[in-house]
Amino acid sequence: MVAGGSLGGLRTVEQLRAHGYTGSMRIVGDERHLPCNRPPSSKGVLSSTASLSETLPESTFRQRTSTADAQRSLGTKTFCSNLADRVVELDKGETVAHHGLVVATGLFARRLDTCTPAAGRFVIRTIDDSLVLRARLRPGIRAVIVGAGFIGCEIAAAATALGCQVTIVEGSSGPMENSIGRKLSDTMKPLMEDYGGEFRTGRVVGLLTALDQRCVGFTLDDGSQLAADVVVESIGSLPNVEWLDGNNLDLTDGGLCDDSMRVRGATRAVAVGDIARFPDQVLGGDARRVEHWATAGDTAKIAAATLVADLAGQASPAAVTPTPSFWTELCEVRLVGVGSPGAATSVRELEGDLGHPARGVALGYFREELLAAVVTVTLPSNRQLHYRGLVATARELASNLPAFQPNPTRKREDQ
Amino acid sequence: MKVYVDRNLCDNHGQCAISAPAVFRINSEGILEYEDDVDGSLRNDVEDAIDVCPVQAIFIRDDE
Repeated sequence: MVAGGSLGGLRTVEQLRAHGYTGSMRIVGDERHLPCNRPPSSKGVLSSTASLSETLPESTFRQRTSTADAQRSLGTKTFCSNLADRVVELDKGETVAHHGLVVATGLFARRLDTCTPAAGRFVIRTIDDSLVLRARLRPGIRAVIVGAGFIGCEIAAAATALGCQVTIVEGSSGPMENSIGRKLSDTMKPLMEDYGGEFRTGRVVGLLTALDQRCVGFTLDDGSQLAADVVVESIGSLPNVEWLDGNNLDLTDGGLCDDSMRVRGATRAVAVGDIARFPDQVLGGDARRVEHWATAGDTAKIAAATLVADLAGQASPAAVTPTPSFWTELCEVRLVGVGSPGAATSVRELEGDLGHPARGVALGYFREELLAAVVTVTLPSNRQLHYRGLVATARELASNLPAFQPNPTRKREDQ
Repeated sequence: MKVYVDRNLCDNHGQCAISAPAVFRINSEGILEYEDDVDGSLRNDVEDAIDVCPVQAIFIRDDE
């Protein structure tokens, strides 16, 4: 039984077959489409003019013949579960008994904490969300993006390119600061401003303003007013774990796993993708969720091997910690990262000069004297692969370091 | 086994070169080069490369 019909669920059923599982599989997911590739939702889809029927075939993942016999229930939610008895109840009342469970229900977009009408306020989590927002991004409209993480910045860049007047409100000091650190954030900010985005950093949203049952802007914490034709809330995501309540699991921030992706406190249950909070055997410290696209595939491989072994009562394969990797493209600059920039105690250029990002830069993120991550800026991928190798090697050494304690999960926008 | 990369989609991310270095490599200009006629024993590696491609540009064309 696979709960979650997006990339994590898809990759896990593929990997279950690849690891020799021949039994039946049931995939339940609340989206109405077959699994789509999400990154274009905040990138190319926003900038294109293609309709849903034109976009879907391009975005839909190819189905492997090995998983053709899996039973798929689209547009269906897992409602509640009893993991001890191995049953999951679906929102339409059906009860599904199973021998093994894959937790892949992913995240949902956080919303501003307000009772203001939802009209005029948007999030992007699915391709449908993307098309709804795109229809509103007309030249000259005032678009306010709340939250300058990767998704917020990508939406801001797309909206700017479409001719919108874009303002970005961010509680920290600049774009993507929580992910890539202050130094690179300070480099990206003027680039994005040159493209027409206006930042209001160190500010949080106060009261929203409604007119005729629509959100038309808000007040910031410094008392200033922002009028908006479109408000995009890109303030992070929260794990879809409610259906797991009542099973005595640790669900404080996604589902807590061991280092083989088993859900702690359950048997024959694994978690994959950005809902899974798993330990980093290299950096040590607290288990954490990794919200990158690549995490779905990386964790699916580990989880499938674990579940196949557990179902057969065999010893599970040696645990491995995937190397995090991510990318984004903003204002003709491609950032590619590998490792955990958040673990760094210092940052310095390994190649190039941040004063000239267009010429190509590699930024090293060091934890003490060890390379914890590299982010490349407009470098060709052969250079990026070189740095990936360095980070992978450093990760082997990092297991001798004192454990890294990530910042406790904090809200990107105070309410 | 025939391997095909749609160059209209390929963005030279290079993730494939990590999964299947015997088939895909990034040259010194940062452009993908690949073998299009591949031994079937490499299927798992190529499938991994298909999976990790951010733009889903890699295809296997089995011999009819």
